[in-house]
Amino acid sequence: MAQQLSVKEPTAEQIAGQKIYRQMGVSDDEYEIICGVLGRKPNYVEIGVFSVMWSEHCSYKNSKNVLRRFPTSGPRVLMGPGEGAGIVDIGDNQAVAFKIESHNHPSAIEPYQGAATGVGGIIRDIFSMGARPVALLNSLRFGRLDNERVKYLFERVVAGIAGYGNCIGIPTVGGEVMFDESYEGNPLVNAMCVGLIDHDKIQKGVARGVGNPVFYVGPATGRDGIHGATFASEELSAESEAKRPAVQVGDPFMEKLVLEACLELINSGIVLGIQDMGAAGLTCSSSEMASKAGNGMELYLDAVPQREEGMTPYEMMLSESQERMLFVVEPQHEEQAKAIFERWGLICAKVGKVTDDGRLRLIRHGEVVGDMPVKALVDECPVYNKPSKVPAYYEAGAKVDTTRYPEVTDLEGALLKILASPSVASKEWVYNQYDYMVRTETYVRPGSDAAVVGVPGTRKALAMTTDGNGRFAYLDPEVGGKIAVAEAARNVVCSGAEPLAITDNLNFGSPEKAEIFWQLEKAVDGMAEACRVLEAPVIGGNVSLYNENAKGAIYPTPVVGMVGLVRDVDHITTQGFREEGDAILLLGETRAELGGSEFQYVIHGVTEGRPPQIDLALEKKLLDTLLQAIRDGLVASAHDLSDGGLAVALAESCISGELGADVNVETGLRADFALFSESQSRILLSCRPERAKELARRFAEQGIACRELGKVAGRDLQVKVNGRTMIRLSVERLEKSWKDAIPCLMQ
Amino acid sequence: MKFAVLVFPGSNCDVDCYKAVEQTLGEPVDYVWHTATDLSPYDAVIIPGGFSYGDYLRSGAIARFAPVMNALAQAAAGGKYILGICNGFQILLEAGLLPGGMLRNRSLKFRCHPATLRVENNLTPFTSDYQAGEEIRIPIAHGEGNYYCDDRTLAELRAENRIVFRYAGENPNGSVDDIAGICNKEGNVLGMMPHPERAIHRLLGSEDGKRMFTSILNTWREKHGAAAIG
Repeated sequence: MAQQLSVKEPTAEQIAGQKIYRQMGVSDDEYEIICGVLGRKPNYVEIGVFSVMWSEHCSYKNSKNVLRRFPTSGPRVLMGPGEGAGIVDIGDNQAVAFKIESHNHPSAIEPYQGAATGVGGIIRDIFSMGARPVALLNSLRFGRLDNERVKYLFERVVAGIAGYGNCIGIPTVGGEVMFDESYEGNPLVNAMCVGLIDHDKIQKGVARGVGNPVFYVGPATGRDGIHGATFASEELSAESEAKRPAVQVGDPFMEKLVLEACLELINSGIVLGIQDMGAAGLTCSSSEMASKAGNGMELYLDAVPQREEGMTPYEMMLSESQERMLFVVEPQHEEQAKAIFERWGLICAKVGKVTDDGRLRLIRHGEVVGDMPVKALVDECPVYNKPSKVPAYYEAGAKVDTTRYPEVTDLEGALLKILASPSVASKEWVYNQYDYMVRTETYVRPGSDAAVVGVPGTRKALAMTTDGNGRFAYLDPEVGGKIAVAEAARNVVCSGAEPLAITDNLNFGSPEKAEIFWQLEKAVDGMAEACRVLEAPVIGGNVSLYNENAKGAIYPTPVVGMVGLVRDVDHITTQGFREEGDAILLLGETRAELGGSEFQYVIHGVTEGRPPQIDLALEKKLLDTLLQAIRDGLVASAHDLSDGGLAVALAESCISGELGADVNVETGLRADFALFSESQSRILLSCRPERAKELARRFAEQGIACRELGKVAGRDLQVKVNGRTMIRLSVERLEKSWKDAIPCLMQ
Repeated sequence: MKFAVLVFPGSNCDVDCYKAVEQTLGEPVDYVWHTATDLSPYDAVIIPGGFSYGDYLRSGAIARFAPVMNALAQAAAGGKYILGICNGFQILLEAGLLPGGMLRNRSLKFRCHPATLRVENNLTPFTSDYQAGEEIRIPIAHGEGNYYCDDRTLAELRAENRIVFRYAGENPNGSVDDIAGICNKEGNVLGMMPHPERAIHRLLGSEDGKRMFTSILNTWREKHGAAAIG
């Protein structure tokens, strides 16, 4: 006999009287609105459904008005924000779908499963559009790597990403990892997936056609991940550990089967609407699909496959069990759909029906156990304009003179130290755990400016990157937002691609604090402007707020995931020097801009002042001119100057190319500033010597500084400043510092 | 010459193997589902990499019970060419078509990177287009590639020249005697951890895997009196 659970759910009266809704993150005012919408007090399952749909994670109630500032359309955009993923045209009836999403809170509590299910969720977003996932990237932030808990989180997050991506057979081709004490206790785990799709195969998450059956596919629903979306929308605290059950468990093998079966179903042409059950599981997928079609939906909860006995409607509706999808077909296609899933050994159950009354109605044992208007769930959550206030630290930052530090004369020592800083050091320890080659289209592997993945059967390829600098964004969120977009564009162009669009992941602290809300607004303003100038609209993304630890909010960290189009694989360019005797050119101006730099952090132990400034119009000219030069075959290697400035860029181009360089930097700046400043809009190029003049002419015409620094030569990196040798180190020595740093710390 | 690429639930290098046959040889190739019971139309069978059935128990341990495995054993006994790559190698071990077993990598971590292999035996149908002793670059990507066998088996493998590939330079997983790939006594069944299908054109960083596929076709053609490709 089935064992009955004795746990009794509170009644509607108790929920009201004891204000139980507060535990679910629903405010008193919101509770009143819900009562008004229903015309009565909500019961337990109803308040549960409202609470997840009205959480920040699902409703964007705190960020919606800010997100409206993003440009979201453009000539290539086929699908903007709002669906599982945005989609951009790449010609020949082909398109690329991509999106980034965070799994920060789950990863802080249970790093392996938190990261793994983050990857699983973003893959479902891509294939629910009908796209074949072809690449994964991830953007990670951790505390300092000399802390045991941080090492544990880092090791297990990487293992979780590897465990999921490797098994499902989608290459993890790129991303970034940075370390700063700001992220201690609240790591950032942002996963991005990129997929390919033909225009005529694009799907939408809509429940079309009144009377049509609604199907559930994937593993049975269990009690895992209940209230995951609510959990993601509050601050982590000492009690968070107790919420470990709110973290879901991933099964990449199951997702591989669901992925193949769903793409087969979609390609058969019978799907009317399909959506994954991600955050807020069955609740979110059913209400969003109904809402987008202007319909309602009836769900027969007895038919929902259940992993455990005695599950309540509340548990079924709020479970975030992984690898599940919801889809609608016409009744005559029911058997065809079932046959596909049977072949893949998957459960496929008819769990509902599309209705015309705009209600989400839940039926259990023949009784209506929940009845709510879909529109209220999806669209009527109150939207807040939180108070915004300039933080005191920002005002004070204007007065900090970042050129006051005593001059560093041992520049060799400084370079080796910065190369060994975990944020700059080689991430081979990380990406060698990822299968970055499966599908055999990975043309540029992890470790260059952007990864490049081929479009099968064509000469086209996609360049992809994630970028974001929390220190810059902390010191000046608007400038930091601009830089995040500009750096992503620079990485994509350096790889030989034209930027197409971005997906953004906004990782911030609690929006209840006016200073944090100010950071969010300013960062979005900066990103939006950069997107407009650089012609890379935002086609989707994710907001992760409430990222705080015992010391307060993390650095505001807007992460940009960008995809660019390589017209012809011959244009693919990498950062490594190519040939002895090639000329080395530096594009852009170097100023004494040390605020937020790796040099300031590693050598002087602080993050203060203002970050480097950026002129977006100049950046646009720089990128356009560079891309044309690459397409014209003038460029041998190209590398964006970022963390660690010119010195680190030179070292990386030497290490990647296994060649030395002999350069002289003519400058009016102090030598340490000239080599380690992180001034923006700068690129290190190499080219055949006879092409240097032509390149210089092209950049001069656009008003962009282009200086010939020296040539690719020998086995040493030799750097003179105003004719005086400041650095002479073998490439081997540089490589050792750079490559051994993370493995040494992780031993 | 007709190729089959087996597909188990969880195979994920099936498409890559299919593309490799198509692009390097242009010979007919089919995906064959794990439930198939007849492999007689095929001259060569490739068991691709991936995570068959999720590999939750032990790599390849569930796949060996798939219906297609009987037909595979028959094909092997009948002298057809059987190539098991990565998870395919693990499945061949679990099925007893090759001796020994697989442990987790010594580092206990998944490892993915290009590896240098030495061709120890170029007298097999899979390696005839290589030189004996030649070093080639072929990527690896596995978490359980630490090949193990007892001393007697190892002595046998050596005596019979059945160690086809060894890791030259660093051994990435701790395998016995640096073994990267072995064949059966008859030489028609090869299992290897590295992925030759990932090294078939310049953009992938190496073309050294191409000759594995041309070897198979050339050996088959010699046997069947057709002209060789070079």
